[in-house]
Amino acid sequence: MSATHEATSSGTYGLIAEFRDPEPLLDAAKQAYRAGFRHMDAYTPYPVEGLAQAVGFRKNGVAPLVFIGGVLGAIGGFAMQHIASVIHYPYDVGGKPFFSWPAFIPVTFELMVLVAAFACFGGMLALNGLPRPHHPVFNAKRFERASNDRFFLCIEAADPHYDPERVRAFLEGLGAVEVSEVKE
Amino acid sequence: MENRLSHPGLQPVAPLIEPGHDDASITATVSDIVLEKPQPKAWWAVFFLSGGLLTILGLSTLWLFWMGLGIWGINVPVGWGFAIVNLVWWIGIGHAGTLISAILHLFHQGWRTAINRFAEAMTLFAVMCAGLFPLLHVGRPWAIYFILPYPNTMALWPQFRSPLLWDVFAISTYATVSMLFWYTGLLPDLATLRDRAPRGIKKTLYGIFALGWRGSARHWHRYETAYLLFAGLSTPLVVSVHSVVSLDFAISVIPGWHATIFPPYFVAGAIYSGFAMVLTLLIPIRKLYKLEDFITLHHLDLMAKVMLATGLIVLYGYASEVFYGLVYSGSEHETFMMWNRITGPYGWSYIALLLCNGVALQFLWSKRVRTSAVPLFILSIIVNIGMWLERFVIVVTSLTRDYLPSSWGHYTPTLYDWAAYVGSIGLFFFMVCLFVRYLPMINIFEMRHLNRHIRHESHS
Repeated sequence: MSATHEATSSGTYGLIAEFRDPEPLLDAAKQAYRAGFRHMDAYTPYPVEGLAQAVGFRKNGVAPLVFIGGVLGAIGGFAMQHIASVIHYPYDVGGKPFFSWPAFIPVTFELMVLVAAFACFGGMLALNGLPRPHHPVFNAKRFERASNDRFFLCIEAADPHYDPERVRAFLEGLGAVEVSEVKE
Repeated sequence: MENRLSHPGLQPVAPLIEPGHDDASITATVSDIVLEKPQPKAWWAVFFLSGGLLTILGLSTLWLFWMGLGIWGINVPVGWGFAIVNLVWWIGIGHAGTLISAILHLFHQGWRTAINRFAEAMTLFAVMCAGLFPLLHVGRPWAIYFILPYPNTMALWPQFRSPLLWDVFAISTYATVSMLFWYTGLLPDLATLRDRAPRGIKKTLYGIFALGWRGSARHWHRYETAYLLFAGLSTPLVVSVHSVVSLDFAISVIPGWHATIFPPYFVAGAIYSGFAMVLTLLIPIRKLYKLEDFITLHHLDLMAKVMLATGLIVLYGYASEVFYGLVYSGSEHETFMMWNRITGPYGWSYIALLLCNGVALQFLWSKRVRTSAVPLFILSIIVNIGMWLERFVIVVTSLTRDYLPSSWGHYTPTLYDWAAYVGSIGLFFFMVCLFVRYLPMINIFEMRHLNRHIRHESHS
């Protein structure tokens, strides 16, 4: 991300456009992508369908992690019970076989869900790069309304096509309420 | 997320969100309760009352640890007593929260949006209360870690073939996953509170717990996947938890417990009692905090319908038990157990149970009852009592008189049994008070989303 460092030195993170509604934002994001911008993101108070794809997001990655977590949890859980009840501490209860696998299913299931849930929570946060209390976009004007009733599109200075004048004109042409600069 | 009751015969009694709201007004209505407005007088009353009950719980627990389990009414045939009755009751109450947050999410039921946050919080607090009772009931709570598989110098492992151990895993997993699910749902709303709170300790704390959430489109995409997968994981989990709890009974050979109907019958009862508790809490809260625009009569109607449906499954369970005991089993012990349950020394509890869950339930067929707050509130309390009695009947009637008349006994709860029970109710309401005071009790971002959707649909 050498481009990001260049942007840092110039002190600008990007230009941000504020919208009142999700539909114009979605439109703007699509047009920006068509115009060739790639380093951009949208910020909304609730999920807007199709917006992630519009800003060029392709790889989600959460589901495979959860699957791996579930598989590991199930195998680990079953293996633990097998080792405990068959190998390490075989204990005769009413003549039941040591390898009484049906009795191991509930704990196997619970551990599958438990590990998958941790993978889900941790994976979602890690892939999103959270927790990250400070981010340049928080410097944007009125950004506190991104968690309330305003919709933002930020084209970042890191983008190879970034040219402040051109980007400002482009965003203003898309029906933004206001376009402003985001300091690094 | 749309309102799927578009069939003319199924016209809802009220909209899911009253008209006239936009993003900002929804945010303000919910977040002002936490950030701006003073708490209503009733909040203080409940806070102090439940705090008092919590103190009773604390003192009686200290005395229990000092004296030992002998201060409870449990004895040799009845080793379980109130502790297990309360455990099953509380854990069952928790199940409605997960049903609302997970199962209704998978079924795209838009009406869950206004109540899921609250119901999930209720789940957590109910599981806390539930978890307390086995902890007290083991008698030596400082050795409770013996139930966990951990490396130890005695080379000991827990008994993995025991349903009591499955319970440990089921309940602890349930508590953990519910917590993660709830917190995931809270993240964007914590960000809202962070952005609205004035500078100071509140802003800092909400900021820390919001983990820097900024509403990025990429983040939302992963977030929604994670949320959906959480719902997918929690759905079988919640069914498994009360099934495992029921196996504590069903896997034993005690008359009245050894029945294959137990898992589905317990799960239905759990959801039934949980919805009753959600109604008990939400009916006064929507009034006190003026949330009638978001938690409308339509919500009450739907929750009452879920209660009616699950309550009828529970009734079917009772009927099946009677049929099995008196007719089908062909076992004199089962037959005796059933007669003893109805006419024995604890017959009053069985009759009271039938009045609560069998007779009172039938009022829910009436739409007028389902859409009037006060009768519904009273019914919800009756159902809570009924479901507590159900667990009392199951535990006590079977244990006091099993096979050998020479080993029969009687069970009378002592003052300390009642103190722990009432104290746990105090703990529950105390936690509810703190939750209502410090966290948004309605999912703000989902409400904005739902509101946009409804307005959009009505325009087109």
